Amino acid sequence: MIVRLQREDFDIGAEIARLSQGRTDVGAVASFTGICRGGDIAAMTLEHYPGMAEAEIERHVAEAETRWPLLGVTVIHRYGRLVPGDNIVLVATASQHREAAFAAAEFLMDYLKTRAPFWKKEERAGGDGWVEARQSDAAAAERWSGRRPEAAE
Amino acid sequence: MKLIYFAWVRERIGKPDEEVDVPASVRTVGDLVAWLQGRGEEYAYAFENAAVIRAAIDRNHVKPDTAIAGAREIAFFPPMTGG
Repeated sequence: MIVRLQREDFDIGAEIARLSQGRTDVGAVASFTGICRGGDIAAMTLEHYPGMAEAEIERHVAEAETRWPLLGVTVIHRYGRLVPGDNIVLVATASQHREAAFAAAEFLMDYLKTRAPFWKKEERAGGDGWVEARQSDAAAAERWSGRRPEAAE
Repeated sequence: MKLIYFAWVRERIGKPDEEVDVPASVRTVGDLVAWLQGRGEEYAYAFENAAVIRAAIDRNHVKPDTAIAGAREIAFFPPMTGG
């Protein structure tokens, strides 16, 4: 498991390659990259709770590892000021088969959105403002409650 | 104990953290919020809608009815918007 919080950008290709480097048991790597979207925002600043953010992500990776047969997980989340086009977050999961890799990546992103202590403040033409939590994100995380891989369709 | 605030809770209170001596009658996270609300305008503003405020004790999410006994660090913050 690799969990990193950092100001700096990350190399998506290198991080994905790392999950299968030097081994032949990995048959699938799934990844999700969250990117700072433009439109009406000039920039955003990500605040986090140092110590808890790492711990919370590690708890969810450990939970994902009990649910799916994973061979590697990498989660990198940036903080500080980001501008449109910047990477925000990377979740990459490795497994023997795609189902576990896809599902675990989605599970981790859903939980990151609602449980990892990060807050986004956007810089807009009309002034700065904190992003409000979306009910759809809470619902996305909720659907994993009590759900186990063997019970999945 | 140490209290830590994040995002707009921090901005409304006007400080990122503080050490407080909490009266013995304050037993739960919910009690602590009510006690903080009475500490001044900035606290009343930060906790005006207490139902949306999230809390963590020693870096674990907790509910309002969680006891605060033994806590070293209690954090208050809005719903999270990472990812």
